[in-house]
Amino acid sequence: MPVLTRGDGPLWTSRDPREARNRFLKWLFGLVVFFIAFRFIAQETMWEFVADAPFQAADFISRMFPPDFGYTARVLPSLLDTMNLAIFGTFVAVVISVPLAILAAKNTSPHQLVRLVALAIIVTTRSVTSLIWALLLVQIVGPGLFAGMLAIAVRGIGMISKLFYEAIEEIDQEPIEAIKSTGASTAQVFLYGYVPQLMPTFVGVTVMRWEINIRESTIIGIVGGGGIGFLLNSAINRLRWDQVIVILFTILVTVFVAEWISAKAREAVL
Amino acid sequence: MLEIRQLKKKYNAGPLALQGVDLKVKKGEIIALIGPSGAGKSTLIRCINRLVEPTSGEILFHGVDICKLGTKDLRATRKKVGMIFQEYALVERLSVMENILSGRLGYVGFWKSARRKFPAKDIQEALELLDKVGLSGYANTRADQLSGGQRQRVGICRALLQSPDLLLIDEPTASLDPKTGRQIMRLIVELVQERGLAAIINIHEVNFAEMFSERVVGLRDGLIVYDKPAGNLDSSSLTTIYGEEDWEATMPKLDSEDESCEEVSS
Repeated sequence: MPVLTRGDGPLWTSRDPREARNRFLKWLFGLVVFFIAFRFIAQETMWEFVADAPFQAADFISRMFPPDFGYTARVLPSLLDTMNLAIFGTFVAVVISVPLAILAAKNTSPHQLVRLVALAIIVTTRSVTSLIWALLLVQIVGPGLFAGMLAIAVRGIGMISKLFYEAIEEIDQEPIEAIKSTGASTAQVFLYGYVPQLMPTFVGVTVMRWEINIRESTIIGIVGGGGIGFLLNSAINRLRWDQVIVILFTILVTVFVAEWISAKAREAVL
Repeated sequence: MLEIRQLKKKYNAGPLALQGVDLKVKKGEIIALIGPSGAGKSTLIRCINRLVEPTSGEILFHGVDICKLGTKDLRATRKKVGMIFQEYALVERLSVMENILSGRLGYVGFWKSARRKFPAKDIQEALELLDKVGLSGYANTRADQLSGGQRQRVGICRALLQSPDLLLIDEPTASLDPKTGRQIMRLIVELVQERGLAAIINIHEVNFAEMFSERVVGLRDGLIVYDKPAGNLDSSSLTTIYGEEDWEATMPKLDSEDESCEEVSS
């Protein structure tokens, strides 16, 4: 914040003239980029279609009614598949994440090198969304629930172990020292010092991930991961909008229920 | 029973925290370790059970050098050295009983401890200790429900249940109000004397050091600068330990503490 000296005493401005000019140029540059991008999008848009949108939307919705409630009989078994996908995917992810997080946390990792490898695994599995993992895994293990489950699990490992190892690093060290000083073995120090402190985070993260996985596993079906997403994709392809709305409604209810369960579980553990 | 020879500790960044400490502790002796913050009091007692790794020197416990022990022998030694912490260091989400019984972890196998299957004798002793510190009926309370004084009592029980020969006590009263602090100190000293344990107590309150210990050791800048039986601290020795200050101004208070000390011991 420069204080400038002028003829009639000190003058305070929030920025000196050069900084002010630079900021102005940056804003100008940003504005120019915005207008170029805007023109590009406008050129690539067929405005007749946009103008048509309200009519199309109304037509689209009208074709969803009356919903094909008879289709529920097919939707429910698929929903069960999707739930299984989410539950097993989460389970596998947690089973792998616990040891991985222990290896990745600064205070529990046996060696710096091990830590780097663990961190690399965590970053890699997290870097790609489960949809893309599913696309890849369908090529490897073939389409179906197993590919979907693996995709959910792989992505889950990255997300869960990151939160786990951060929780381990933030642990209160004094009780750990106290347990160590009783002559407890390393395994016992984990059991009595670490586990009780980490339990709320572990349960909270797991349940939250399960809830996210239910949502993700509905999409995964579209690329061949099985479950309710597969039905959704096929209904859209067949232009059976009356079936689409039944599926969408089922997903909505499921997600609501999952969120409610996850909130209750987190309350219970704290 | 404990003999420390030329103990030095250098932390990665920084000067020597301990610059060659020599200290002998006899069986059943209660030592108060005083000194300004950063003098190395905490480091010294944490070196004894190797929560902090000493850089050089020897720590002979029952004639064996603790510094040279492997993992397994170190665990066996730690069983015999109990520790009490300033912030109590309880595992908040475990019950009082679980916290106390964790003092027995060195004696119980992994799977038994995982299933909380402790020998009946340990449980009996834990309950007796709880009773003794005035917390009977709290066995199933979660540690995070307790007040500071109650937590420290649980910490004391945990350390004693180890059946140690030596207690390391790190600022036991620093997080407590004066009255509770006094009660805790009295309780510790009572229990230690009853069992004939040796104890090293890090403490900030000079009054407490004089009142409750038999021997006062002063640490300054990682060196022992004072070592006399309790009751001999005067303004010049306080200056040696802590540095220049108008000690006379607070001396009358010290005297009155001495009286209550006799009151306690009688």
